[in-house]
Amino acid sequence: MSTSKEDLSSVQPATDTSRRRFLTATTAVVGAIGVGFAAWPFVANWKPSARARIVGAPVEVYIGNLEPGGLTRIEWRGQTIGIMRRTDRMVEELEGLSDRLRDPESEVVDQQPEYARNTHRSLRPDVLVFNMHCTHLGCIPQVFPEVESQPFDANWRGGFYCPCHRSTFDLAGRVFRGVPAARNLLIPPYRFLDDNTVVVGEDPEQGVA
Amino acid sequence: MAKPDSAINQRVQAVGQWIDDRFPISDFWKQHISEYYAPKNFNLWYFFGSLAMLVLVNQIVTGIFLTMHYKPDAELAFASVEYIMRDVEWGWLIRYMHSTGASLFFVVVYLHMFRALMYGSYQKPRELIWILGVTIYLVLMAESFMGYVLPWGQMSYWGAQVIISLFGAFPVVGDTLVEWIRGDYYVADATLNRFFALHVIALPLALLALVVLHLAALHEVGSNNPDGVEIKKLKNPDGVPVDGIPFHPYYTVKDLFGACFFLLIAAFIIFFWPEFGGYFIKADNFIEADNLVTPEHIPPVWYFTPFYAILQAVPDKLMGVILMGAAVMILYAVPWLDRSPVKSIRYKGWMSKVALALLAIAFVRLGMLGLAQDTNIWELRLWTFIYFAFFILMPIWTSLERTKPVPERVNYK
Repeated sequence: MSTSKEDLSSVQPATDTSRRRFLTATTAVVGAIGVGFAAWPFVANWKPSARARIVGAPVEVYIGNLEPGGLTRIEWRGQTIGIMRRTDRMVEELEGLSDRLRDPESEVVDQQPEYARNTHRSLRPDVLVFNMHCTHLGCIPQVFPEVESQPFDANWRGGFYCPCHRSTFDLAGRVFRGVPAARNLLIPPYRFLDDNTVVVGEDPEQGVA
Repeated sequence: MAKPDSAINQRVQAVGQWIDDRFPISDFWKQHISEYYAPKNFNLWYFFGSLAMLVLVNQIVTGIFLTMHYKPDAELAFASVEYIMRDVEWGWLIRYMHSTGASLFFVVVYLHMFRALMYGSYQKPRELIWILGVTIYLVLMAESFMGYVLPWGQMSYWGAQVIISLFGAFPVVGDTLVEWIRGDYYVADATLNRFFALHVIALPLALLALVVLHLAALHEVGSNNPDGVEIKKLKNPDGVPVDGIPFHPYYTVKDLFGACFFLLIAAFIIFFWPEFGGYFIKADNFIEADNLVTPEHIPPVWYFTPFYAILQAVPDKLMGVILMGAAVMILYAVPWLDRSPVKSIRYKGWMSKVALALLAIAFVRLGMLGLAQDTNIWELRLWTFIYFAFFILMPIWTSLERTKPVPERVNYK
């Protein structure tokens, strides 16, 4: 409408575009903040619901009847968690494996809580609490606790063997070199309620409070 | 602002050109937004079309999120809604946005329809826009009714029971029809499941298509205005209506302002008064559906009550259903019932003004009577009579009354 603009120039002051631009910008910024706030409930809507969080709450497990060398499986947040009572022989066996392991010192931080970052990867040397899913593609490894020659490893010292893609882990869940899995088996947060009761899903300091 | 010859601007223009060569998106933008000329004298009544679209978007977005947690199963539905309210992150907000949105949808649609009646927006050449609009209203009623059933509370259940039973009034086929709609011998899981499918996909698709057609038809002939003057009659040498202003930025900004005001009210209801004293969500609907226990009083949601009142005005079931259906369907005839040479109420005679006022009062009063438990049957009949008289007598008073001269151009101060 070029003609009308000229008509108006005699009666209207020159358009103050800086004021207009300022108002447009401030309105846009406030509007964007508003849209952000309005969008948040929809984004957050996808987070685990209160029910999912309760279902995913810490699990208490009694291990008083777990024999030395025995392993029990429980479910926590849909994951198979293994709890194994290792014998002294099994714990000693862990010491000599370092050069065959990819990450013997558990240097990848997020694969275990800080208190499980040791050779036996546990709070107590005799009890291993671990997420049994293979860190390669999520299968559940089989348990071969004995020191004996295996088809997949002639010099087997006891550990876990994943049937899906032949990843192998020692009895602390540490991954061997030359297998598809790149990381050690995950250690979930857990604590001891007493000598014979493990709480999976809670750090020791959480229990104190 | 970037200078026209800056590198970024050139790049942006190149991308725009690339798209335009393949799909004329800038023509579309011009035709419907930046060079769609709307009359410059729109008033407050012209907010409600864009607000209806805003509510539609709200219903679709919140609806999608509710669908992620809701279970369309007679055993699980009620608990899943309570789960949304209590356990799902922000579920209470999204559910209340949806339930409040449903009622506000009817608020804005009723005001939008009243605007059309007031300014003769259904008259030639806008009959098709009106027909599409009434169809949208019909689909919206079906959509909201089925949505109301989904929480599977007592009101959901018995409301469904009553409304579906209305189809049983038809002679011969009635009982078969009712059974076919329910998919069982009573309102049951099958009913809930099919209502869910219709509510979340079939009817919304129909609604969206109708809204697109409603707007396409509107943009073809151009918007009416409070003066009922055709702005296309008077154009400047560029072919632009002299009383028209481009939709963007003038009406986008105006509608944005209206949207903010509307959202303020909506937010207040959603946060502080979501049940709205039982008008938006009834207390009985917080009790799980029970096919063996009927609530003492089963009024429909407020936006259906005028028609529910008309249903009760005649003692015969079939006649009641026919009358109720006619009350809605008669809207389709309005463009041909109005014989007035002028569009807007501003230039019509006193009879039109009285008639429209009476219609509005009758509609509101019928709505109140539809909610009430003990109604005076004669009052019910009086307002029903007035409601229908408005339409049936429209050809008479619109051709009898003296109209005022319509100005050449719109009134605009």
